Amino acid sequence: MIANGQTAVADRTTPELSALQEQIQQLQAQVDALRAQSPENRLSMVVFSGDLDRVLAAFVIASGAAASGMEVSMFFTFWGLTALRQKRESRGKTLFQKLMGWMTPVGMRGLGVSKMNFGGIGAKMLRAMMRQQGVPQLEEMAQMARELGVRIVACQMSMDVMGLHKEELLEGIEVGGVATFLGDATKSKATLFI
Amino acid sequence: MEIKYDVEVDARGLQCPMPIVNARKTFQTLQSGQTMRVLATDPGSVNDFKGWANMVADAELVAQETIELDGKTVYVHYVRKK
Repeated sequence: MIANGQTAVADRTTPELSALQEQIQQLQAQVDALRAQSPENRLSMVVFSGDLDRVLAAFVIASGAAASGMEVSMFFTFWGLTALRQKRESRGKTLFQKLMGWMTPVGMRGLGVSKMNFGGIGAKMLRAMMRQQGVPQLEEMAQMARELGVRIVACQMSMDVMGLHKEELLEGIEVGGVATFLGDATKSKATLFI
Repeated sequence: MEIKYDVEVDARGLQCPMPIVNARKTFQTLQSGQTMRVLATDPGSVNDFKGWANMVADAELVAQETIELDGKTVYVHYVRKK
């Protein structure tokens, strides 16, 4: 009798148990889907500008976010790419690309300010003023951001248009397209275009 | 205010974002339950450390105070690692 009773209980619980298991699986799938959509603790930035003041702002925000434990992605495109250049190379370029290369700054040192630049005097003045106030220079700020693990991606399309080769840019940076940016931006809590 | 701390970060004379960048470096070396004290002369650091502690999951802003030190106004932040 006892053995029969146990069997009867087992028969009754098995369908309930499998229904429960199915429900758990469904919930698990929903949680996974939600997790895939929910933002990470990430900040994504497009650095379009090649102005000293704007690029500086971008790196201040990037270092601050990285210091606060956020993952940070910076996508440099168009004029922003000039901040990542480390040398001027003319070989293998069209006339227009050569002209573009000659007329745009090489690296952060060469960037001008967005207002009152006066042929570079404004930029020198701003740097001096920052030094007086104990603010790190752009180069130090960028170095610090990289040490904090900020991801730096150069836009391949802009590089192609401007004729910039990867060898002309800072070492250790990545190259990617709009999908690289969007991939990080859609997972970010904050996105900025600078 | 008498608050015990284990490590001190001297960020006096440094501007944004350096106080939090330096604080993070030291914070990473703290053991759970330890407290660090950050000295800063940047008035913005008062709000910065509130925001920073909100963002860093295992950081707790225990106290903040303003003191006069060597003839300068110094903003002191106590952060405990949870």
